[in-house]
Amino acid sequence: MKYWRVPLDSKEIEVSRGIVVILEERCKGCGFCIAYCPRNVLELSPGYNVKGYHPPLVKKPDDCVNCHYCETICPDFAIYSLEIPPELPQQAVLPEFATEAHD
Amino acid sequence: MEKVKTRPDHPLDALLRTDRIPHIWCPGCGIGTAFSACMVAMQASGIDLNKTVMVSGIGCSGRGAGYTRLDSYHTTHGRAIPFATGMKLANPELNVVVFSGDGDLFAIGGNHFIHAARRNMDITVVCVNNLIYGMTGGQAAATTPCLAKTTTTPRGNPDPPFSLPLLAFASGATYVARWTILHTRDLTKSIEEALNRRGFSFIEVLAPCPTGYGRKNKEKSMDTLKIYQERTIIKNGAHPMDAVMDFGNSITLGKFIDQDRPTFSENYDKTCRPQFA
Amino acid sequence: MKPSVLTGEHFMTGDVACAEGALAAGCLFFGGYPITPATEIAEHMASRLPDVCGTFVQMEDEIAAMASILGASCAGVKSMTATSGPGFSLIMENLGLGICTETPCVVVNVQRAGPSTGLPTLGAQGDMMQARWGSHGHYEIIALAPASPQELFYLTITAFNLSETYRTPVLVMTDEVTGHLSERVVIPEAGAIKLRHRPAPKGRKDRFKPFQPGPNGVAPMAIAGEGYGIHVTGLTHDERGYPGMNVETQIEMMARLTLKIRNNLDDIIRTEDYRMEDAEIVIVSYGISARSSLAAVDEARDQGIKAGLLRLITVWPFPEQQIQKLAERVRGFVTVEINLGQIHLEVQRCAGGRVPAFLVGHPGGAVIPPERIVETLKTAF
Repeated sequence: MKYWRVPLDSKEIEVSRGIVVILEERCKGCGFCIAYCPRNVLELSPGYNVKGYHPPLVKKPDDCVNCHYCETICPDFAIYSLEIPPELPQQAVLPEFATEAHD
Repeated sequence: MEKVKTRPDHPLDALLRTDRIPHIWCPGCGIGTAFSACMVAMQASGIDLNKTVMVSGIGCSGRGAGYTRLDSYHTTHGRAIPFATGMKLANPELNVVVFSGDGDLFAIGGNHFIHAARRNMDITVVCVNNLIYGMTGGQAAATTPCLAKTTTTPRGNPDPPFSLPLLAFASGATYVARWTILHTRDLTKSIEEALNRRGFSFIEVLAPCPTGYGRKNKEKSMDTLKIYQERTIIKNGAHPMDAVMDFGNSITLGKFIDQDRPTFSENYDKTCRPQFA
Repeated sequence: MKPSVLTGEHFMTGDVACAEGALAAGCLFFGGYPITPATEIAEHMASRLPDVCGTFVQMEDEIAAMASILGASCAGVKSMTATSGPGFSLIMENLGLGICTETPCVVVNVQRAGPSTGLPTLGAQGDMMQARWGSHGHYEIIALAPASPQELFYLTITAFNLSETYRTPVLVMTDEVTGHLSERVVIPEAGAIKLRHRPAPKGRKDRFKPFQPGPNGVAPMAIAGEGYGIHVTGLTHDERGYPGMNVETQIEMMARLTLKIRNNLDDIIRTEDYRMEDAEIVIVSYGISARSSLAAVDEARDQGIKAGLLRLITVWPFPEQQIQKLAERVRGFVTVEINLGQIHLEVQRCAGGRVPAFLVGHPGGAVIPPERIVETLKTAF
């Protein structure tokens, strides 16, 4: 975020971080989340789902602040965000995501 | 080696009939957002969801009842409110929410709305106003703006529309608010307040109908959302007479009325069966 | 404060007896609208329901009245409304909703002469076919026809019992004459009145299917607020209650809705025989006309005509088998009703042309005098 001056407590404020989860098969490509994400994290994906709609894809994952607005505005229950706890250094692995290895 | 992520459920999945998602609403339809806000409000309000029922009428918005895991009743066109009245009076512990559309609640159901508001029935009515009869293909509704093109007004709508908050206020509703699906957080908060208060609460939600209304009036969903973003003004506490809705000019949103007066049940108990009160 | 069962001997009108019957059956919700000649039922319920901690609401029209009683029933309370011809017409759409959603409730029609506004203060029996087919679509319905204030008391209770057992709205088709007649009504002890309640669901709540029929063809009913999370819709739906926009779901649902009635006719159909053992001519009648017919049977017998009365207590489902069996041994039927031929058509149909079926009808507004019935018996046979 651009400041014209730096607030005195900017080092102490933690900006929340989030990870966006997209349920592609539910998406109908309305574009609300893409247009109204305050950090422009999403864009229309070139790929499409089973019904032929273009779901969003996360183009700037590091910019997500977990505001949940995509989740709030989505009419199709197709997108939501999860908070990345401050102690985790990066967003690659969240405890909620179980990874299973398949051979 | 392939890493497969199993993801956690959408936060609302517990309240949804996920076996029926994706739902039937069109891409860009606002009903899904209004419905989602209603679900979030129910969760946040702290009310007992086992005792919460959703009653709806016929129409696109009326289909909402079919997607929630709560006890839900999809009744006849316009008659959700008297049905809800019967439910609430039979079991006052129920939290009754009516989720239906503008045509259903105000045209065919207008009379029932007026009387339930007059009686201050303790129910919450969420009216998704998409200015059209969507389910049947886009006919003019009592809320369709003047000169709009619809399938039954191909040369333009000659009629003026209702002001729903004014009608609700005049009928005696004790909580009257108007939001849009873009103002989702305010909407959710309004529904939450309505759920936690006694009396007849009415919340109008403006939503786009890209198919029924939008195609003939050259308004895609994104265009409608732009109108909601740029031409709305929030005036909490404004008198419903001043809650104008002129899509070309200015739309007033906000929580207009929030009063307290005894509900039907309280009056009935006091007047008619004081021995049980 | 009076109890729900006013045990004792009373002198009361049919309308009041009907209301007392409802209270005795455990009715705790009445959503009504004033209409002559049923208004007294609403008035009596308004004054008595608070005694038993029930709720009376005068709704804004009969459409709302019917919707409200369905809602009350879905929330677990026995509910009723009462109306007459014009209101009966308004009730029809929501009656269909009640049938499709399998919601128990009772609708009383104190019939008056129609069509349209007609003769508001004079009785008739012209809504009988409407009782069967008034709502759109094909369905089964139960309709009872009391013939006296005493019977109005009892049959209202029966109506509630049948509606609870078969999860369907039940109609009580009386008429202005019976409704406004004052007669002796004996109300028994509460313990002597047998009540039936809707079958309760068993098993896991999350696996419950709200429209899966039980052994007698009727699905147990989950009421709102108990954590079953049911979906109830007027759209054609499957056993889960989910709408199904296809022919297969329609076929299944229609089978469910119709067979639960058609497979239980023994329990539902009630008739009363009067001097039928050796009858050669059968008078088929119901309601107030049955009382004229009783007198006519005696008068005819005095004149040497072997007449008997088959009084229909249940008019719908129609006792087809009884008429068919009788058609094999009697000389003919005479239907007596205050209309120009409605149940008469059913009698004709079931007699199958084997024997003649005549009608002693009336356009509406007056009770048919027994002399006219005897006249027909003499001239037709």
